[in-house]
Amino acid sequence: MIRKVQTYPIRIDFQLIAQMVEPGSRVLDVGCGDGALLDYLDQEKQVDGRGIELSSEGVNACVSAGLSVIQGDADQDLNDYPDQAFDYVVLGQTLQATREPHNVLKNLVRIGKHAIVSFPNFGYWQVRMDLVFSGRMPQTKSLSHNWYDTPNIHFCTIKDFITLCGTLGIEIESGVALNHLGRTRAIGGTGMRFANLRGEQAVFLLKMR
Amino acid sequence: MIFQRDDKTSEPFNSVKAGKYLTLGVDVPLVLDCGIPLDNFTVAYESYGTLNANKTNVILVCHALSLDQFVSGVNPISGKNGWWDLVVGPGKLIDTENFFVICPNILGGCMGTTGPKEINPETGERWGLQFPGVTISDMVRAQALLLDELGIDKVFCAIGGSMGGMQVLEWAAAFPERVFAAVPIATASHHSAQNIAFHEVGRQAIMADQDWRGGDYLNQGCYPQRGLAIARMIAHITYLSEPALQNKFGRRLQDRDEITFGFDADFQVESYLRHQGSTFVDRFDANSYLYITRAMDYFDLAEHHGNGILAEAFREAETRFCVISFTSDWLYQTAESRAIVKALNAVAANVSFAEIESDKGHDAFLLEEPEFWKVLSGFLEGAADKYGLISK
Repeated sequence: MIRKVQTYPIRIDFQLIAQMVEPGSRVLDVGCGDGALLDYLDQEKQVDGRGIELSSEGVNACVSAGLSVIQGDADQDLNDYPDQAFDYVVLGQTLQATREPHNVLKNLVRIGKHAIVSFPNFGYWQVRMDLVFSGRMPQTKSLSHNWYDTPNIHFCTIKDFITLCGTLGIEIESGVALNHLGRTRAIGGTGMRFANLRGEQAVFLLKMR
Repeated sequence: MIFQRDDKTSEPFNSVKAGKYLTLGVDVPLVLDCGIPLDNFTVAYESYGTLNANKTNVILVCHALSLDQFVSGVNPISGKNGWWDLVVGPGKLIDTENFFVICPNILGGCMGTTGPKEINPETGERWGLQFPGVTISDMVRAQALLLDELGIDKVFCAIGGSMGGMQVLEWAAAFPERVFAAVPIATASHHSAQNIAFHEVGRQAIMADQDWRGGDYLNQGCYPQRGLAIARMIAHITYLSEPALQNKFGRRLQDRDEITFGFDADFQVESYLRHQGSTFVDRFDANSYLYITRAMDYFDLAEHHGNGILAEAFREAETRFCVISFTSDWLYQTAESRAIVKALNAVAANVSFAEIESDKGHDAFLLEEPEFWKVLSGFLEGAADKYGLISK
């Protein structure tokens, strides 16, 4: 046996991402961490998976597990890839940690026929409450750092994200909001405001318009 | 004289025939990059493990500048452990109970493969400088002929560090369909000005030795051991890191309590380098050193295969790459590996890249580095899985 069998239950956002991916497709996971999602996609969807990860611990763990991963960062290294080289480019919980999220997003839909982006929603009611009532920078389960040592330098709300996609000419194929219990709700139409308030995180499937 | 040897034989190093040999270029000569055809040349190699029925379990190990084909077990010439015995062998990371590991001595080398110290059949004398200039590409094409002869169409993996890594890159660029996985370690796609500069100093040291005799020393019964030893001393410094040297020697004195105000080896580091130099001349041919360093200097994968664009050299590659560098390697720095990765990404090749934290310098790939081994082992297992070599 090559890899450790993933212990279930798998992260709910991984499941959502996996649902968006066609079996046997070519996937690039940007900010792949220890490779858990790539491993999951390999097992569930038999993808041809690659990864980019900033931390050398993460990279070494991935390569040691037989995954094709390079040490690199989303802001710089995505520029190297040719257009439409992958069926899906995944950016999971990493957008808020990039220096230039707009350029990263443009690269994602350039390199991939589709991009899948998940991020913590700063419009989540608990985040808003935190700021209003404590008067301090919000800290939640998915945003657990102090303001001064957080790698998350570019937070946005679901609404902000949708606006940016519009500005960049990126088409939103589908979007799902996840509440703190892991329940999902499609983002769109009249439920939009609700999703922005109730969604702790969001997952979007995008493509270039 | 520091490097004077006791015996004065014209054969400066042990030339006991060991390992395996094949004569190649019998029907069709190998036309070298310099334009000269080389026929009926010998490739000395060693192999470990058993070739499976489908010949799919081959790992080609490419050796570095001063190494040889004796990767694993005991080197029959030196009596010491093979240079990668830590990694290659039964039950080891590269398990010779599963894989057929083959390592050819490079063209131009001095461990049995045709090179400047062998006899030129046309003259009956040692080739010396009459030997044609060779390139990394020539070495790889000679290896390809060896594999042809052994009936091996495709290797599961080509792996090597330093100049071995250059050969691995050349393999992937020249014969992408023959390499399933490639592991270039602590290497570069071309030699930098600094790399060439260090080599040039080494070559000048050899050629400045009176006993070099314009490269004809073997025919004249002498040997440029001082020059070669100095070349080795210089090179050896580049294989280590500053902290590695500092930790190992610091400013400690050698077998004395006080400095002598002379030029004997007062410091331990001097004594160590002198030892490295003097033992090297026992096992290496000075002309081979010139030829091989030249081949490395000429190496430029982008120029040779991509019209100056490295990515183009990998355009056809279906190969799975695992590029590995070491933090303290200042001879082939991580930036060089990163440039290779960048080029591979530009053609959306399947590539893994890990930079290993180590203070051991360039030589780290030869030494005990658990993190490096973990990465290498994981990559090989994953690749073996994809190649169908591991039954789930």
